[in-house]
Amino acid sequence: MPNKSGAEQPEISGSTQKSQRTKITKSSDDNEKKSLAKKLKDSEICIPIVYGNIAFWLGKKASEYQSHRWTVYVRGATNEDLGVVVKRAVFQLHSSFNNPTRVIEKPPFELSECGWGEFEIAITLHFHSDVGEKPLHLYHHLKLYPEEESGPLSTKKPVVIESYDEIVVSEPSEALFARVQNHPAVIVPRLPADFTLPPVPLEDVDSKNRVDTKDNPLNQWFTNFSEADELLKLAAARQQVQAHIARLRRQLTLVDGQHQQLKAPSDIS
Amino acid sequence: MDAKDILGLPKNLPIQEKKSKPPKESQRKPDGISREVYALTGGLAPLMPAIDVNQLKRKAQSENEKITWQWLPFTNSARKDNLQLYHWVRVVNGNPPTGDYSFAKCNKSADIIKYTDEEYEKYLTDPAWTKEETDQLFDLCERFNLRFIAVADRFPSTKTVEELKDRYYSVSRAILIARAPSPGDVSAHPLVKDVYNATQDTERKRALNLLLSHTKHQERRDVEASANLVLPVLSDTGTLGADKPITTADTVNPSTNSEFPSSTTTPVSETASVVASLRMLRVYLRTYSLEQMVQAASSSAGLRTIKRVEQTLQDLGVNLKPKVPTKAVCAEHLELRKEILTLLNLQKQLQYKEAEGSSLRDGTFTETPGTPPKQQSVRAVDLDRTFTPDSLSTGGERFGKREQKRKGPGRLAEAPSSPAQSKRPRKYKASD
Repeated sequence: MPNKSGAEQPEISGSTQKSQRTKITKSSDDNEKKSLAKKLKDSEICIPIVYGNIAFWLGKKASEYQSHRWTVYVRGATNEDLGVVVKRAVFQLHSSFNNPTRVIEKPPFELSECGWGEFEIAITLHFHSDVGEKPLHLYHHLKLYPEEESGPLSTKKPVVIESYDEIVVSEPSEALFARVQNHPAVIVPRLPADFTLPPVPLEDVDSKNRVDTKDNPLNQWFTNFSEADELLKLAAARQQVQAHIARLRRQLTLVDGQHQQLKAPSDIS
Repeated sequence: MDAKDILGLPKNLPIQEKKSKPPKESQRKPDGISREVYALTGGLAPLMPAIDVNQLKRKAQSENEKITWQWLPFTNSARKDNLQLYHWVRVVNGNPPTGDYSFAKCNKSADIIKYTDEEYEKYLTDPAWTKEETDQLFDLCERFNLRFIAVADRFPSTKTVEELKDRYYSVSRAILIARAPSPGDVSAHPLVKDVYNATQDTERKRALNLLLSHTKHQERRDVEASANLVLPVLSDTGTLGADKPITTADTVNPSTNSEFPSSTTTPVSETASVVASLRMLRVYLRTYSLEQMVQAASSSAGLRTIKRVEQTLQDLGVNLKPKVPTKAVCAEHLELRKEILTLLNLQKQLQYKEAEGSSLRDGTFTETPGTPPKQQSVRAVDLDRTFTPDSLSTGGERFGKREQKRKGPGRLAEAPSSPAQSKRPRKYKASD
C-alpha cells in the first residue's frame, strides 16, 4: 500500500538520500538505524482529518426540546480509520445534556444526540502512546439550521458543516513510523527505495473489532476536501503580488535615478 | 458691602469673614519650619516624620559632660616619616581621644613573596622570562601593591597584563610549594588552590570587550536569542531539545540580507523559533502551526499593516484562513502573506521616495510624507519651478518665515529646518 503522495513533497532532501545509500552499502544494522533516526529527526507524519457535524431535522417527530438529530464526529479526510493514531476522542457537550463528557473509545469517533440548540463542542483527541502524550483540542460549533433561509426544513437533506485540519506529528519515533507507514489514513515522508524497515506484526486483535469506516452510512454526506482549488487560487494570487512587487521595484529604481540627477547640480556655485 | 447698606439688607459680613479665614489658615500652617521649606513639601505635612525631631536635640544634653573641640596634632602609624599633622578633635571633659589615627588600619598591602637567587635557579626559571625581568616584575608589584595595570604600564619590555599576572602567580605558587614542608600544608593557601589561567583570562577580557562594543543591532539579536530560550519550557513532553532554539536562531540571523535592515531580521528569526517550538510540541494541528507562522512573519508589522494584508488577501479572493489547510496550501498561504508584506513595504518606500523627490525639487518640505499618492510618482518629475508658489502656500503659516529667508525659487535653498517639520534627514547640501 503506497503512501498518499498527493501534493506532498518528500521531507528529505537529495543530499541526505545519497548519504543514506553509502551507509546502506556498509550493510550494518546499526548504521541503518542511525540514519533512519536521523531522517525521522527532521521529518513529520501527517494525518489529515475532518471534523464537524451532520444534523437531520426530525420533522413530524420533532418536539420542542428535540428538533434535530445530530452527529458530531472526527474522521479521516478520506474516511480512513483514525484508530491507527487516535486512542480515544472525548466530546464535551453543553451542560444541559446528561453526562456532557462523552468518551468514544474506538473508531468511528462520532457521537449522536437529539437536541434543539447550537453550541460549541470541545473535542479532545487522545493519541496512542507512541504518537504523543499530550492531547489535541478541536472546537466545533454545532450547526442545526441551514445558512440560507431555504424555506421549509427537510428531513431528508441534512445540514452538514465540516472543517479540515491535519494532525502533524513531528519527529516520529521509529516504532510509530514503522507502524503507520503503510496505513491509508497517514501521510508519511517518502524514504529511498532500498530502505528496509523492520516488518511490523499484523494487528490481528484490532482487525476483528475494527469498524470499516468506509462503510459509514453518513459517508454520502461528507464533503470531499480537495486542496487543488485552494492551491490554484493561491498560486494565482502570488503571481499577481509578485508582478506588482516587480513593478514597484522598477519604479523605485527609476525614482532613485531621478533623485541622483536632482542632487548632482548642487555643485554649481 | 455698601450696596447691601443701601439695599438695607442685613449685614452678613462677620459670618463671611470667618468662613474665609479658616481655609486660608489651614494653608499657612508651618510649625517649627519656615514657610518656604513647608511649601517644598507641597503644602502638606508628611504623614510620618522622617526624623524624630525630639531625639536630635536631646542626645547632647543627656550626657552631662563637657564637650569641646580642639585643634590638636596627631600621628599616623601608617606613615614612615613621622609627619605631624593637625586636626579637630572632640575632647570630652578635657581628655583627648587615645589610639592610633583611625584610618591607619586602611593601609593594607599584599604580602609579596621574596625569593632568593638560589630559589630562582632551582624552581623559577622560565624560557620566556629572564631573572632580571622577573626581579623587575616583583619590584613593581611591591611598589604598586599588585595593581597589575600600573605594573604593565611601567614594565620595561612589553608584556601583556595577563602574561605578567601569569608569571607572578606561577612564581609565587612555585615558591610556596617549594618552601612548604609538605604539600598538604599549603594546599589551602589561595595562591596554591586557585591556579591563574592566562588563556582563560585573555578570553574573558576579549569576550567582555566584544560585549561592550556591541552595536544596537547585536543587542537586539541577543535579546531574541534569549527569548528563544523560553520556549523549551512551555511544552511538557519528556524531551528537552534546549539547544535547538538557540542554534536555529543564530544560524538564521547572519544569513539574512535584508533590504529593510530593521524590519526583516526579526521575522526570520521568529519563524525559526516557531519551527523549533512546534518541534517541541511534537503533536500539533496544521492550522495551529500556520497561525504561529503567520504571527511570526508579521511580528514586525503594526496592526494597521496586518489589516491591510488581510484586506489584500480578500481582494485577491483568498481565504484568510485556508479552507483546506494541507501542508502545501499552508506553505503557499504563508509565502503569499510574506509577499504581500513585502509589497506593502515597497509601496511605503516608494511614497517616501516620492515625497523626498518633490521636496528636493521645490526646496521645501512636505509635512505629510504619505500624501503624494502613488499615481503621481512619475508625473511629479515633470513639474517645474512654476509649482513652487503652490508648495509654499500648502505649508501655510509655517513656511511664512522661511519665505523671507529664501534666496530665490529657482535654487535649492539652505534649510534651517526644525526637526518637527520633517522626519527625514536632508540629503543635499546648500548651494550658495
